[in-house]
Amino acid sequence: MGKVELGGIIKEINLQLVPDAKENDYVLVHVGVAISIVDEEEAKSSLQFLKQMNELDELYNSESEEEMTKEERIKQGDAIISKMIP
Amino acid sequence: MKYLTEYRDPVLAGQYLEEIKKTVTRPWTIMEVCGGQTHSLVKYGLLQMLPKEITMVHGPGCPVCVTPTHLIDRAIYLAKENNVIMCSFGDMLRVPGSEKSLLQAKAEGADVRILYSPLEAVKLAQQNPDKEVIFFAVGFETTAPANALSVIQAHQLGLKNYSIIASHVLVPPAMEALLSDPETVVQAFLAAGHVCTIMGNSEYYPIVEKYKVPIVVTGFEPIDLLHGILMVVRQLEKGEYKLENQYARVVREGGNIPAQEAIMEIFEISNRMWRGMDVIPQSGLEVKEKYAVYDATKKFNVPLKETKENESCIAGAIMKGLKKPLDCINFGTACKPLHPLGAPMVSSEGSCATYYHFYSALNEAEKVEA
Repeated sequence: MGKVELGGIIKEINLQLVPDAKENDYVLVHVGVAISIVDEEEAKSSLQFLKQMNELDELYNSESEEEMTKEERIKQGDAIISKMIP
Repeated sequence: MKYLTEYRDPVLAGQYLEEIKKTVTRPWTIMEVCGGQTHSLVKYGLLQMLPKEITMVHGPGCPVCVTPTHLIDRAIYLAKENNVIMCSFGDMLRVPGSEKSLLQAKAEGADVRILYSPLEAVKLAQQNPDKEVIFFAVGFETTAPANALSVIQAHQLGLKNYSIIASHVLVPPAMEALLSDPETVVQAFLAAGHVCTIMGNSEYYPIVEKYKVPIVVTGFEPIDLLHGILMVVRQLEKGEYKLENQYARVVREGGNIPAQEAIMEIFEISNRMWRGMDVIPQSGLEVKEKYAVYDATKKFNVPLKETKENESCIAGAIMKGLKKPLDCINFGTACKPLHPLGAPMVSSEGSCATYYHFYSALNEAEKVEA
């Protein structure tokens, strides 16, 4: 059991199904049982969806507007892949 | 409040609507599966703001609404027994059985109580060892873990006076039943985010493949819904069909494993009758034989009369997305939340009750449009 604040009310809820929940986490509570921990990164990224989508569209559009040489494409691919390696 | 107000931001909502309008070129019919989503769509006026090309139809996603009449009759019969405390969630109490509701039984003197959680019912059983405490356990996959935990707790405490009437339905088989109906109008789904919180996404891939239908796991706030609709429309316009997760802040790909374990410990999958629809194969959960002493339908013998539905109620067509609540001649006249003819008018998640509640707003919007 643990305490959560629900819109200003402190309530005892069951935490059995979210063993990783820590103090100050936001949890999804359903009928007295916490069933998920809200993922902060995902929460932010879903709010950014439109912005990211427009950026992607711009990228695609710019690609289609100017024909790239094979060499350029490979370079661009390399650049993206290299970002993924820490 | 964090993670809530951000998802109700009117400016962002406007941007999403703009993007949806830019994306859509043809008419599409999309079903939101969950009654909670229907409620948000109507409450926030999103239905009127969406471009005309998009028709949202409201799914069968209200567990209280699809609970078969014979289970309600059974609960009422048991509630009238002298030593019984019958408890459930508030909505369940007002659903009409074949003769009356649990709330009417309460008015006639039965000990019927509204609880917030099934775990409170276990406490009640502990505090009242001379009474039989029965929890009318209604719900989708979202609620099943809590109901399962109540039985697990009762078992661990060695309680002999706690049992449940399990009225558990599963969402994916119902979606399949809708899609395999030749009359179906549904071209894409917003899947119920909280159901997927428990079960994960794996059950939906086969449906996407088999019926070539886009499914986007979606949350319940206005921004979630608009985001989900945009994702679905983008797929539809491109002729794609895949499973996407709009609600990743809460839904993990594999779902909640401890919750699934709790469900599978107590319940097994069975065929189930959906009120207003039909028997859908493998679409319900029943208490396992091993825990039969906690199954009120086996523990107590209830002589049941044949049940009957109100013939003028079109709940079935509404829950399949074939009709809208406003298509019903009884809507708001013979059928109101205080005197419902059928279940969708009862629960706040039922589409008829949602329409009724926000009817004046809907009416105004229609007048403006005309």
